[in-house]
Amino acid sequence: MLYFARWKITLILLVVLAGVLATLPNFFSQSTLEAWPDFLPKRQVVLGLDLQGGAYLLYEVDSEDYKEKQFRQLVGNVRQALRESPRIGYAGLGIQGESVQVRIRDAAKIEEAERRLSQQLNPLNQGVFGGQPVNEFELENEGDGLFRFSFTEEGLQQRLSKVVEQSIEVIRRRVDELGTTEPSIQREGTDRILVEAPGESDPQRLKDIVGQTAQLTFHLVDDSMSPAQALQSRPPAGSMVVYGVEDELPYLLEENPLLTGEELQDAQVAFDQRTNEPVVNFRFNTAGARKFADVTRQNVNRPFAIVLDNEVISAPVIREPITGGSGQISGSFTVDGANDLAVLLRAGALPAKLDVIEERSVGPGLGKDSIESGKMASYIGMAAVVVFMFITYGLFGAFANVALFANVVLLFGVLTTLQATLTLPGIAGIVLTVGMAVDANVLIFERIREEMRAGRSAVSAIDAGYQRAMGTILDANITTLVAALILFFIGSGPVKGFAVTLMVGIFTTVFSAVTFSRFLIAMWYRRKRPAKLPI
Amino acid sequence: MKYLRLVPEKTNLRFMRWRKISYPVSALIALASILMFFTVGLNYGIDFKGGTLIEIKTLEGPADIGDIRSKLSGMDLGDVQVQEFGSPSEVLIRIEHQGDEETSQQEVLSGIQQTLGSGVEFRRTEIVGPRVSGELARAGTMAIVGALVVILIYIWIRFEWHFAVGAIITTLNDIIVTIGLFSLLHLDFTLSSIAAVLTILGYSLNDTVVVYDRVRENLRRYKKMPLEDLLDRSINETLSRTVNTSVTTLLALFALYAFGGEVIQSFVLAMIFGVVIGTYSTVFLSSPLLILLNLRPSAFNKEEEEKKAVKA
Repeated sequence: MLYFARWKITLILLVVLAGVLATLPNFFSQSTLEAWPDFLPKRQVVLGLDLQGGAYLLYEVDSEDYKEKQFRQLVGNVRQALRESPRIGYAGLGIQGESVQVRIRDAAKIEEAERRLSQQLNPLNQGVFGGQPVNEFELENEGDGLFRFSFTEEGLQQRLSKVVEQSIEVIRRRVDELGTTEPSIQREGTDRILVEAPGESDPQRLKDIVGQTAQLTFHLVDDSMSPAQALQSRPPAGSMVVYGVEDELPYLLEENPLLTGEELQDAQVAFDQRTNEPVVNFRFNTAGARKFADVTRQNVNRPFAIVLDNEVISAPVIREPITGGSGQISGSFTVDGANDLAVLLRAGALPAKLDVIEERSVGPGLGKDSIESGKMASYIGMAAVVVFMFITYGLFGAFANVALFANVVLLFGVLTTLQATLTLPGIAGIVLTVGMAVDANVLIFERIREEMRAGRSAVSAIDAGYQRAMGTILDANITTLVAALILFFIGSGPVKGFAVTLMVGIFTTVFSAVTFSRFLIAMWYRRKRPAKLPI
Repeated sequence: MKYLRLVPEKTNLRFMRWRKISYPVSALIALASILMFFTVGLNYGIDFKGGTLIEIKTLEGPADIGDIRSKLSGMDLGDVQVQEFGSPSEVLIRIEHQGDEETSQQEVLSGIQQTLGSGVEFRRTEIVGPRVSGELARAGTMAIVGALVVILIYIWIRFEWHFAVGAIITTLNDIIVTIGLFSLLHLDFTLSSIAAVLTILGYSLNDTVVVYDRVRENLRRYKKMPLEDLLDRSINETLSRTVNTSVTTLLALFALYAFGGEVIQSFVLAMIFGVVIGTYSTVFLSSPLLILLNLRPSAFNKEEEEKKAVKA
């Protein structure tokens, strides 16, 4: 066992050297690294959010909100379909819990009504492999002229899945526009989106940018009654009450928007020449510009409202037809606020409301403190273990310490190479590995002591020590590995980081505490050939 | 050179005799832990309960906790905990989950940011919604149960069933007692605590497996030794390793506890406790359990004992 073939020696040394090389960049600044020759590794270990600061945001599509939105649109479409000539009389059209209802008045026209209604089921593309086409809604004839629309299970799933896809696109555009950090945006499960932004120093801003629906709509003000009246009785059919974002006053608006943010081509921050307040200038695309021109021509001297996410930003009066296709939103913005709005308008609206269901953000100050204390704890912990090993096992303890050092270097090298994320619990994992790594050496050395007491010679005691301890070391490490693996698969964020360091630590421990320490002892023994071991 | 020996070179402690004390004592502690768990319960952190956690640091001078508390209590947030965290200028605020709406948590957060205003650095914010916390709780429970099952299978394959059952009982005991400690000290039970529990599980098993390995080896070597003596011998032979490894691990953990920062302190505390209880259970529970589980055919054992009695 004490004989090492030349290729084995080379291999062991190469592994350790590779570990050193991979770890080295962590001790230098990024600028120093750039001057290094290309063949050297330059990657540094990736720090988790808890160490470098940043934000972790888990969003979920608000399916209730989405359903309501789709239902509202459906109500509009149904109304239009039934009003087409020849007109079909109906009553009680509206959203009832999980469905949309309508009652056809004229019994003779029920068949025609059903034909028209079933055109509103929104068939969704099912892909090229045929099969039954899936509809978004299903229509039930409840008899007595009553029809009921509801979501089909599969239709809703497909829709939500599409919503997630589109939302990710929109979020990505917004974040790109903002251009400060590079967050990762991923889908999680069926209806969730995970946004991770390491290094983001202003998570609140990120949240404002990512989470806002930013549905911009233009509505005519309904002046058939006052908003106060509408609140007291009920708004007339096709109208709704919306509150102002600044003054919090109610406005009575027509439900159907004249134009939406989808018809925008561009939005930029500018400053109002008179007040010097920041404003947002926007421009419609060609179709939008034409519509806007028509609408403004027909409604000169009437007020209209610019609505963002169900809040009125401003409600100016149309002075003259606007034919140029551009306009301005003013509403006591801050510069940042105006800038964010412009970004949101350029990137487009989210197809549905997103809720933050989990948020973890760490400021850069705490991250720095955590790294400092983590480093401190690691150095002190390691020093304590090293001293203990030396006073307990002497020279052999020193070998174990060299192996321990190689272990930590290898662990860091592997983490750096894998670009695994190092978190604060991850550092705890490393310190724990340091404590437990020497276990393998303790097992071996205790065994060697025993074998010597049993009267074996130096060589055979070392041999037997390593050989007999091996099975135990494997058993002990595999059980820990199982625990770490399970942590890895169920854990998230910091816990996952802990599991990764623990797992990598087990492999580097077995290599360094068994193979590398035996190699050290063998080299020493070959040179000294002592009759009695100093252990 | 004289080396440090925490355990004398040759010990012959009769651990098995202590099982008459260690069994009832362990059972009592485990029972008390279970009782604590069901009466006092765990101090679930926001990971499992939902809610908001905010760590702030005042930029000038120490934080006035009373002032923060009174400011926040004016906001009608339900259960609010405000405590010093590490240094006098750092404060941890915990707010229970607000209503059913996911959005209201966000409103609370921005409200607090306004209320506490300038002069405060928001160092850490964690908001966990009720749906996520439910899922995390399920995943955490599954992790611990899953780990136990997989390890049971592994030891079953490597050893005889007695060992697998003994190891699982020992490990379960360690987990139960650790959870009892969480309950007793009102430590925050969070995702990291699950990580701590799983690490303790790994460590405790590691320890137990080392002793069981020796037991198995001695079973082959001393075919006629009474089980009780054989177990004592195995524990004594591995005692110095058991102690030394516990010491190195504890040294590392103590360094983490003292210097690793406030954020991981309860995580580390749980592990320190776990290592101590793991070491105890390795010596006083796992091996004596093998007697209880009838590792060696009793007839064979009795015969041996009779022989011994005759000699004596």
